[in-house]
Amino acid sequence: MAETYRTFRKRLLAGEASCKSAVEAYLGRARKDSHLNAFLQLFDEAVENAERVDEKIKSGRAGKLAGLVLGVKDVIAVKGRRLTCGSKILENFESVYDATVIERLRDEDAIIIGKTNMDEFAMGSSTEYSGYGPVLNPVDTSRVPGGSSGGSAAAVAAELCHVALGTDTGGSIRQPASFCGVVGLKPTYGRVSRYGLVAFASSFDVIGPFANSVYDAALIMEVLSGHDGLDSTSAARPVPSYTALLDRDVKSFRVGVARESLGAGVADDVRHALETQIDELRAAGAEIKEVSMPHLDYTIPTYYVLATAEASSNLERYDGARYGHRSNEAEELEEMYVQSRTEGFGPEVKRRIMLGTFVLSAGYYDAYYRKAQRVRRLIKEDFDHAFKDVDAIITPTAPTTAFRIGEKTSDPIQMYLSDIFTVSANLAGIPGISVPVGKDSSSLPIGLQLLGRQFEEETILTIANHIEQSLKS
Amino acid sequence: MDVTIKDVEHIAKLAKLNFSDEEKEKFTAQFNEILSFMQKLDELDTSKVEPLSHVIELENVMREDVVKPSLPTGDALKNAPSKTDKFFKVPKVIER
Repeated sequence: MAETYRTFRKRLLAGEASCKSAVEAYLGRARKDSHLNAFLQLFDEAVENAERVDEKIKSGRAGKLAGLVLGVKDVIAVKGRRLTCGSKILENFESVYDATVIERLRDEDAIIIGKTNMDEFAMGSSTEYSGYGPVLNPVDTSRVPGGSSGGSAAAVAAELCHVALGTDTGGSIRQPASFCGVVGLKPTYGRVSRYGLVAFASSFDVIGPFANSVYDAALIMEVLSGHDGLDSTSAARPVPSYTALLDRDVKSFRVGVARESLGAGVADDVRHALETQIDELRAAGAEIKEVSMPHLDYTIPTYYVLATAEASSNLERYDGARYGHRSNEAEELEEMYVQSRTEGFGPEVKRRIMLGTFVLSAGYYDAYYRKAQRVRRLIKEDFDHAFKDVDAIITPTAPTTAFRIGEKTSDPIQMYLSDIFTVSANLAGIPGISVPVGKDSSSLPIGLQLLGRQFEEETILTIANHIEQSLKS
Repeated sequence: MDVTIKDVEHIAKLAKLNFSDEEKEKFTAQFNEILSFMQKLDELDTSKVEPLSHVIELENVMREDVVKPSLPTGDALKNAPSKTDKFFKVPKVIER
């Protein structure tokens, strides 16, 4: 079992460990495990930062996350550091400011050790679409780690950091968490500031944590969450003390099971693992109720219409004029735009820009884009309806465990379908968490997803914590 | 509805991307597959459903109209592929 930050912190405050030696150990492992390709950059100055935190601990001034060794998905700005988004078009881009989440974590004395690999511009479900090579799943290196935050998931699973930040637009935190056997939380839309996050699909994107325990995820959420004057889409709502609420009895919760999510297409071992947990929750006193998600089959097409449309618009900015790759071939302005983009973007990003441009183009806007926005409302209403009867909904995080490298790259639709249970949370703006619930017959991790009402992360964290604890005993 | 190579060329022009003939062919086939998958949405009658663009209740955010420090010119130009001391430099746009 990986050491959680919570355990490390106890040793640290008892004087049995130091931040410096921990950071050196993590950096050492990250270098040794470079074949996983989880990190795109490692920060050597992390050791000096750790020394400073050790001093603060000695003088009793240490923050809430003192000595937490953190990996950051390379789509979030860290001042003075390269910010590639896994794309060659930003190979030499250097951030000129810190993202709000980075400031908040540093203020609490977390130590950033590097930037993690990802699918280019977070577009992918396997981290095979990185411009810097695929990430391998540490559990089985012939398998993908999931995506798009595959580097963050692999780094936490392989103990290359305590916690890592990822982003989730259609499942990019929860699905890789499931594939790598770690905890991954996608917060409510607007719960966490996105200032300093490079935009992919702005009505979906959220930042959230990967961790080796539900407690660690809850703790970091207390620091990440809250309104930010620099992000007008961040919500001005109070932040609960998530860790203090974790040990509540699950008896008080009504948990919904969506029949549609346990049907055809779900691997037997995944279904079986879920049913075991549902029985356990019932035995622990939670009320289990059946809920219906009648529009489940429409979530993937809806998501891919809307997310590609938003992406095509957000990625217009990469034109070679102000930053990013500029083609050497171009002599005229128009040529500079076209050549820089053609040379800089990878195939999946181009595919999505093209699809997005198409669904927004004259003559197709109503048939695709407006239509998908209408179906998005129906999907959100399914959840509004279900959450009148239940406090959380259980589904598999993904229909299968980690697939093989190369298995789905030639078939975009099959790749998109690995997000079937995760995209609905992004469409509805609700929080979701993936928690490991054992392994399948090939020893690959299985993830269980809990979905909650908007701004009720504490409910799914509490139930996830119960599941994690019951699996330990 | 089938998308043709001609349509793909038109979309590529709008998206400011270039494709080889081989890529265009592969792309046209994938495009048609993905679009027919997206057309599943046509099964639903949404004539009485309003489009949804914001999932959480957002209020207009106003702030005082005061001058605050912003990104210095040097920082803004830091990542420019080509620049002068104060400007981004791009290929000539207007003929003399």
